[in-house]
Amino acid sequence: MSENKTDALPLEYSTHQGQMNIVGFWIFLAAEIALFSTLFATYAVLFGRTADSPAPAELFEAGTVLIMTFILLTSSFTCGLAIHNMREGSLKGLMVWLALTLVLGLSFLGFEIYEFVHYVSEGAALGSSAFWSGFFVLTGTHGVHVTLGIGWMIAILIQLKQRGLTAVTTRKVFIVGLYWHFLDVIWIFIFTSVYMIGMVV
Amino acid sequence: MQLDEFFVTGEPLIYAGMVSIALVSATVIFLLTYFKRWKWLWQDWLTTVDHKKIGIMYILSALAMLFRGGVDALMMRTQLAFPDMNFLNSQHYNEVFTTHGTIMIIFMAMPFLIGLMNIIVPLQIGARDFAFPYLNAVSFWSFFFGAMLFNLSFVIGGAPDAGWTNYAPLAGSELSPGPGINFYLLGLQLAGIGTLATGINLMVTILRMRAPGMTLMKMPIFTWSTLITTFIIIFAFPILTVALALMTIDRIFGSHFFTLTGEGLPMMWANLFWMWGHPEVYIVILPAFGIFSEIIATFAQKQLFGYKTMVGAIVIIAGLSFVVWVHHFFTMGAGAFVNSVFSITTMMIAIPTGVKIFNWLATLYKSKIIFTTPMLWTLAFIPSFTIGGVTGVMLGMAAADYQYHNSYFLVSHFHYVLIPGTVFACFAGLIFWYPKMFGHKLNERIGKWAFWLFLIGFHLCFFPQYFLGLDGMARRIFTVGPEWFTLNFLSTIGAFVMGLGFIIFVHGIIYSFRFSPRDIEGDSWGYGRTLEWATPTPIPKYNFATVPEVDSHDALIDMKEKGETTFDRSKLKPIHMPSYTGQPFIMMAILFFASFALVFEWITLAVIGLIGAIVMMFIRSFDYDEGYHVEVDEIIETERKARRMTDDE
Ligand code: HEM
Ligand SMILES: [Cu+2]
Repeated sequence: MSENKTDALPLEYSTHQGQMNIVGFWIFLAAEIALFSTLFATYAVLFGRTADSPAPAELFEAGTVLIMTFILLTSSFTCGLAIHNMREGSLKGLMVWLALTLVLGLSFLGFEIYEFVHYVSEGAALGSSAFWSGFFVLTGTHGVHVTLGIGWMIAILIQLKQRGLTAVTTRKVFIVGLYWHFLDVIWIFIFTSVYMIGMVV
Repeated sequence: MQLDEFFVTGEPLIYAGMVSIALVSATVIFLLTYFKRWKWLWQDWLTTVDHKKIGIMYILSALAMLFRGGVDALMMRTQLAFPDMNFLNSQHYNEVFTTHGTIMIIFMAMPFLIGLMNIIVPLQIGARDFAFPYLNAVSFWSFFFGAMLFNLSFVIGGAPDAGWTNYAPLAGSELSPGPGINFYLLGLQLAGIGTLATGINLMVTILRMRAPGMTLMKMPIFTWSTLITTFIIIFAFPILTVALALMTIDRIFGSHFFTLTGEGLPMMWANLFWMWGHPEVYIVILPAFGIFSEIIATFAQKQLFGYKTMVGAIVIIAGLSFVVWVHHFFTMGAGAFVNSVFSITTMMIAIPTGVKIFNWLATLYKSKIIFTTPMLWTLAFIPSFTIGGVTGVMLGMAAADYQYHNSYFLVSHFHYVLIPGTVFACFAGLIFWYPKMFGHKLNERIGKWAFWLFLIGFHLCFFPQYFLGLDGMARRIFTVGPEWFTLNFLSTIGAFVMGLGFIIFVHGIIYSFRFSPRDIEGDSWGYGRTLEWATPTPIPKYNFATVPEVDSHDALIDMKEKGETTFDRSKLKPIHMPSYTGQPFIMMAILFFASFALVFEWITLAVIGLIGAIVMMFIRSFDYDEGYHVEVDEIIETERKARRMTDDE
């Protein structure tokens, strides 16, 4: 509630409200971990239950997935650079790197949509079997999160343009950054436990 | 779609329901218009972000839900009063026990407690509001519209009928076509958003907004129990979110999570449901424990015995609550090893619970007890709840549970924990803190009548059910044989006595509103120990003009000794306040619309609604409203009036 400013801290931490928003977001991420854990557990339980639809090893393509992973990891890196520029006080740097992050996020989504369409055309859709239901909902939930993240970043970019670097805008950028890195971590788990295991087993 | 498919037709009881809904709505609209109160409703309530008002709205809605759930209960007890009764047919009976259970847990117990937390927790820690007041309003409206959606089902579309546990494959689209189960799934989903948000909000509030000097181990015990409850909410509710979403996708978009076809696993629903469901029962019991602890310390006029072990016990219970879920389906046949493990974890919960019981008894031991109504509810809780706990341990023995499972023995167990635990705590807490909410006490004489009727009714209703269960009566059956007549009849009488108790309780509210003397003391009962009693009555919108320095968990006792108040003129500064806004209400109304469309599987409309909600989020993102400040002059004036100070003070 109070807006006493402390100078020693980065701008996003400079107000009590800003600090609370950041703590609150960390707690929200804890809830997101619980959410994704449940989806991973569901996926694991349903693993192999493909009924008469294709098995994952027949469809998963190492190439596409590696590209997607590479894109998303890079976007996390550019997002980190954006925060770095923000801390240095460079609005322009921040906006450029954030925009780049956004473009990478969009291309990740493009690949994911392509991948989904491909699987469906091969006879592996949401309704094909328990396994594919688990697959589409787990990766799809991640994809929806990425989509929301992109929309959110656009909103923040506009606000940065309108208002520059303030305690409020920097806090928003910082939080969307946390979100973005979090989605990256989730993707690492999807990459290993869904695609890598799916390709060998 | 035909109109007669949309509305439920052909049931006299439901026609009566429709008529009463229409009449009540018409009356409310008429009264609001006649007394020109629309503006007041919007400006003072629907747009509020004040935690005290939001808390009051939570409690009022929860009382309404208690009424609805109670009517369901009485209908069931009427049907079971005599062998082969013809009051409800089997389908209708299924619907009624489903809505009863769901409403009582999700739309009554939890919101009631969250309402009390809303009002009391910021006051107990010396905060001026929640960490995120706007989000708090979002939470309330999400609960409210979720409850509305769920309650609509019995007149529009048809009520869910697969039990509050909603087991697959029964609840799947093959065996339960139509909108009924969708109402359950989406009503809970909508309300669940709010619960999770409240969990986060309260956790940040407690962690980051305590009065100076109030370390964690100096927090009042109700605040402690709230903090731990928010922890359970944050880790349990996402599981429910996922479970509901998966079943919704199964039903509407044809996936195979819980279906019998496509190699789905119906029992996975049971696992996911109880991985949330068991923590959920602790979400509704831990705050209740906190309320009882406060009341016992207050009216035994003693410091709570074993504060640290109390905190420890809550933490251990919360941890264990995540590792016992299988005890709800020992009979699934997971095997001796799995059942034994979960049997042991289940019985372990009784240990910290026992510690708490003994701490309460030790606090009462050799104390001078003041027998107010909140204290009566609390004293009745201890032995009644213990019966529930002991029978819980009996159920926890996996081998024995093969006999008890899904019998009336189980029904009696959970009512023995939920009613003396949660419901008594809600009543006790409401009466205890009532003066802080409304500026006057509830009439004690009427309150005692309500208490005794409810208590006697409760035991009369549920004690026989243990024996019915042992005699082999299964739960969720809609007719009873003559061999079970006597005990069932007694049980039904008990239920109606409880109903009478509730009516008298409500009568007490109305009576007190008209006749109770208005409170002048901040410390209404005169025995207050914690900061909520340090505020004047009525509580100013900013709660504390100056926030006191705290150094024990009975902060007010210290302040009284030192002669301090929360109005220290030398320390006054302008106070920052958040502005009221209609956005949360509108956003959730739009989501309500989207969910309603999804219930009927009108996908286009649902998508439109969803986009609307996203637009609202964008609007919020661009909203840089900074709130306003209450100036020092205004604070002085408010405080002088609230504290009835004379001019020269
Ligand atoms: C000593 C503590 C407790 C133990 C050992 C215990 C044990 C159990 C067991 C083993 C069952 C499943 C029985 C069956 O389905 O056959 C059960 C059901 C249940 N318990 Fe408890 N319980 C305890 C405390 C509580 C508390 C504090 C609450 C809530 C406030 C609660 C609420 C419920 C509910 C709602 C059900 C049944 C739900 C349903 O099947 O619809 N229990 N309990
Ligand atoms: Cu349980």
